[in-house]
Amino acid sequence: MRYLPLTDVDREQMLKVIGAKNVDDLFADVPKGALLKDLVPLPKAQGEIEVHRHLQRLAEKNTPAGRTAFFLGAGAYRHHVPASVDHLIQRSEFLTAYTPYQPEIAQGTLQALYEFQSQVAQLLDMEVANASMYDGSTGCAEAAMMAARVTKRKKIVFSGGVHPHYIDTARTACEALGLEIVALPAAVDGEAAVTEELGADVACVIVQSPNVFGTVTDLTKIGEAAHGAGALMVATFTECVSFGLIEPAGAMGADIVCGEGQSIGNALNFGGPYVGLFAVKEKLIRQMPGRVAGETLDADGKRGFVLTLSTREQHIRREKATSNICTNSGLCQLAWTIHMTLLGEQGLRHLATLNHEKAIQLGEALAGVKGVEVLTKRFFNEIAVKLTKPAQEVVDTLAEKGVIGGVAMSRLNPKAGMDNVLIACATEMNTDEDIAAYAKALAEVLN
Amino acid sequence: MITETTSGNRGLLQAEPLIFETGHATGTGVDLPAPKGLKSNLGALTRKAALDLPGLSEPETMRHFVRLSQKNYAIDLGLFPLGSCTMKHNPRLNERAARFEGFADLHPLQPTSTIQGALELMDELAHWLCTLTGMPAVALSPKAGAHGEMCGMLAIKAALEARGESHRQRVLVPSSAHGTNPATAAAAGFTVDEVKGDEDGRVDLEDVVAKLGPDVAAIMITNPNTCGLFEPDIKKIADAVHAAGAYFYCDGANYNAIVGKVRPGDLGVDAMHINLHKTFSTPHGGGGPGAGPTVLSAALAPFAPVPHIVLRGETRELREHMQGTQAFGRMCAFHGQMGMFTRALTYMMSHGSDGLRQVAEDAVLNANYLLARLKPHFSAPFGDRPCMHEVLLDDASIKPKGVETIDVAKALLDEGYHPFTTYFPLVVHGAMLIEPTETEPKRELDRFADVMIALAERVKAGEVEFFKQAPKLTPMRRLDDTRAARQPKLRWRRGANDAGAKVAAE
Repeated sequence: MRYLPLTDVDREQMLKVIGAKNVDDLFADVPKGALLKDLVPLPKAQGEIEVHRHLQRLAEKNTPAGRTAFFLGAGAYRHHVPASVDHLIQRSEFLTAYTPYQPEIAQGTLQALYEFQSQVAQLLDMEVANASMYDGSTGCAEAAMMAARVTKRKKIVFSGGVHPHYIDTARTACEALGLEIVALPAAVDGEAAVTEELGADVACVIVQSPNVFGTVTDLTKIGEAAHGAGALMVATFTECVSFGLIEPAGAMGADIVCGEGQSIGNALNFGGPYVGLFAVKEKLIRQMPGRVAGETLDADGKRGFVLTLSTREQHIRREKATSNICTNSGLCQLAWTIHMTLLGEQGLRHLATLNHEKAIQLGEALAGVKGVEVLTKRFFNEIAVKLTKPAQEVVDTLAEKGVIGGVAMSRLNPKAGMDNVLIACATEMNTDEDIAAYAKALAEVLN
Repeated sequence: MITETTSGNRGLLQAEPLIFETGHATGTGVDLPAPKGLKSNLGALTRKAALDLPGLSEPETMRHFVRLSQKNYAIDLGLFPLGSCTMKHNPRLNERAARFEGFADLHPLQPTSTIQGALELMDELAHWLCTLTGMPAVALSPKAGAHGEMCGMLAIKAALEARGESHRQRVLVPSSAHGTNPATAAAAGFTVDEVKGDEDGRVDLEDVVAKLGPDVAAIMITNPNTCGLFEPDIKKIADAVHAAGAYFYCDGANYNAIVGKVRPGDLGVDAMHINLHKTFSTPHGGGGPGAGPTVLSAALAPFAPVPHIVLRGETRELREHMQGTQAFGRMCAFHGQMGMFTRALTYMMSHGSDGLRQVAEDAVLNANYLLARLKPHFSAPFGDRPCMHEVLLDDASIKPKGVETIDVAKALLDEGYHPFTTYFPLVVHGAMLIEPTETEPKRELDRFADVMIALAERVKAGEVEFFKQAPKLTPMRRLDDTRAARQPKLRWRRGANDAGAKVAAE
């Protein structure tokens, strides 16, 4: 077997040194009957040729986004990732390294983490960021639990604009801890409604901008109201490219900003692995979940980096830790940092502008189709439209015509009462021809 | 000896500042089409302040990150014997498969008619994991080991609720457990009750039985355990736990020792996460991403979180909402770590049933070989019996000489090795936990053993200063953790980092 270097001669010699007759002697503690005599009923070893062929056949049963006119977002976005990003993250020293617990031989990972944390803080206009979460949804759940710890309160209020799967993820995690989730009815442009739920028991309000319908909202007054009631404002997001163009939540009073970083550096990958961005006000860092890298000096007085503030974490605090999280999204975080370095301020602003323009074009093209009403007024690269037919049907029919037109709101939340609402997104990857093809196909399906 | 150079470089090793110290607002490594100049609809919500994000051209970016990479140790450089972490070779076929357009360029919310191959792959992965573990069901969506623990504990919680036994709040956790176990139990809303280990490094069956009661929800046991030993009483423990109406969560971090040899389902396990980034070779990537599919017993399977894959005739559909199911909820926005599923399935198919069993046998053989070679030179607290896939040493033979576990670890850095896991498990003093994995050839094991034995000789010779000064040859000397924690500096700020940069340049 090509991945196993020991030879039978090695094995025999080693058993002799150990003083064992055969390898099963080493499994002597396994209860009688539990040590399998036969192989498990699965296929036997195969070479690269056969395995490659099998995986390729499975891949070919899918329709890759790039082979269609593609307008689907709602939590994952199709962007251009420069070729150099994938080359760099496949360097053995990044790909096959472990968590940097021995900083003297992990400065590459640690410096990249420090650069990532700095870039995230700059992008979101926040004071401090951690070294990443699993993804946006789990980061949002962690933010809710963190707010409960900080305020010692138990109610979490979600706006009707937060991605329904983010709410479901947070509900699962929070209710286990005895926290109460209040999820307001889905609303295209209603983030401010959370302030009506404020009270002495509310730990935080969680709002999203751009929200799941694409609406961009001024969060300043929501933050003021939350703070006035002793609650935190948590702002989440699914499209981090937006902050190249729109005012970030950090500039509007958010205490915790968390969301999905996949758009930068990471392919769609059918939903994972992605990279959660998580940033907080400095005074809250002792309650922040996850790993964090910090600057220090070595024995010669040189600047270097280490994982720090670990007294918050599970390997030290055990059941008193701020979170049970251990793994971060290392390689996805590295891809994010490399792509963001390639973009820089100018490139990110440029990319964001292109996205906004494509969405304006998309909105205009769809508004011109009979039976379509564009619901989102202020948006970045995503819009909600109301159709004259159930959106799920329309999406399925469009797919047959080579157009992935978005996602039906009823798929994200069947109980929203928005069966005719479709959420569509445009990025720099869409051509003018794609947009024209979408409008034409939609007109055929609706009329 | 040359200690400093004008450039700050040391031969092949290049000094490298932060991107914030070299990049600039107009630097860029990406050429995008020109905007059309359409009027924005954002009005006052347009970003006001500068982002102050540095940009670099492509060649500068390549150099920056290649220079950083050269300051990292990695499996592809040498033995990475971190106990509990299973740092094995990462096959590159896995990387290729994960990047097939049909997997990488696939959106999680595409119509199901366009993702049949992806769902089939997930079903195949599930079949392999269930068959290997002897368990009837698996939840694929947990994103890492600790996330899988959470999934298993929430399934237990839901099962107890369905039985009308929500009063069961206590979870038994052995003192040798990974920190994630008690942290997860607490995060799932349970209280943690510690179970003693016995003198042989095993869970104390009598203490388990004594602590079981009508308020116990579950026990969380790592098997093979963190001392590198198989729990010989595991079935008795499982039987006692079940007789008391509780569930058995198994931490699968050490599954590599028994894959293809022992099925956790045969041991009475109700839930176990599988770290695809350990046993099934998906790369650790400097800390992640991982993946933690969680196998479930028949008692817990109905409560598996959404999404579920449902086979209707020849077509696979996704059930994405809890309505009409007993699912306890949702672990994350989408379907889990697809990129890791692809890699893990590629790995499992490459090995097959025969190769996977060989994995466990060689992993255990390699560890026992190291144990046999190191035992005469170090204190091996449970070394009288065979170990599983990791070797546990303690500091009994070095501490009286003034040398600590951390000092031996740092001396290994100068020898070109990543050290073993230090100070874990907590149940022995100054633990050194060594996990070689099956992908090490014998000559690498011998070389490592020779180095360890030479270090033991230096301890015996009383060369304390040699250890305290180590490492000397690494890109950085020992770093000041206390300073980092007391004066946290977690990001670059314009103006604020100049002092640090100056120190670095000096």
